[in-house]
Amino acid sequence: MKVAVIRFPGSNCDQDALWSLRNSVGIEAEYVWHESDSLVGYEGVFLPGGFSYGDYLRCGAMAAQAPILSEVRRFADEGRPVIGACNGFQVLCESGILPGALLRNEKEKFVCKTVRLRTISRASAWTRDLPETLDIPIAHGEGRYIAEAATIQALEDSGRVAFRYEGDNPNGSLDSIAGILNRKGNVLGMMPHPERAANPVLGKTDGIAILRAFELVVA
Amino acid sequence: MVTVRLFVTLKPSLLDSAGRTVAGSLQKLGFDEVQGARIGKLIELQMDKFDDARMKEMCQKLLANPVIEDFRYEVVA
Repeated sequence: MKVAVIRFPGSNCDQDALWSLRNSVGIEAEYVWHESDSLVGYEGVFLPGGFSYGDYLRCGAMAAQAPILSEVRRFADEGRPVIGACNGFQVLCESGILPGALLRNEKEKFVCKTVRLRTISRASAWTRDLPETLDIPIAHGEGRYIAEAATIQALEDSGRVAFRYEGDNPNGSLDSIAGILNRKGNVLGMMPHPERAANPVLGKTDGIAILRAFELVVA
Repeated sequence: MVTVRLFVTLKPSLLDSAGRTVAGSLQKLGFDEVQGARIGKLIELQMDKFDDARMKEMCQKLLANPVIEDFRYEVVA
């Protein structure tokens, strides 16, 4: 399979994503510029972290209007694997592909550290085979996940909360939510960076299992 | 040419962490009368002509996120 790593002006985890997919998982991956309007030849999408459009207006707001997003939306609708990590998660929420929004961290601090995630739902191929807990880095100033109470309830009831922060809640997210899934389970948005925990040489490898799931969602 | 002044604010039900920090700093400076602060955005748009429906569309599509924000605007001569 071939995964498109989407690059926006201001993306900065695109290289980590590409490297990790190719070298740690062995999946073919190429960059796709945000102004492209075609994902023909690709089977999955990685929306990387960073500060697309300088985080102007709101994180992910401008990126959500980029031409490539119509293709990302098509992939989401067709059940193809789409993952957004950090800024990628913000783009997925801003575009309405995932519900809710990400606000400034409750304590107004940019938090950069490794956190422990607990896998909550097994309803999606993204999470079905993951270990109970994963140690994955976060690096964000705006990661406080919020949504209306009814939306949160629906996410909880339908097995769409993928991950929760274990222990301390680093950003004030409702119910310590760290990652969520769309209705079909093929779109995963998460604040932590699996692509930053995918290289044995750097000492962290828990993200590899998440990236490997690209092939499970396709199947 | 018309100027439209748009105010985008976080919904009242949501914690405005930046506003809370600013209110706390004012209190520390001795401005005890400050009970709270909410921070929003002011966006001024210059337009050839103003159309209310199109203005609303701009707000809903890009300028404000209806999940977390309210908006109001005024046409200034």
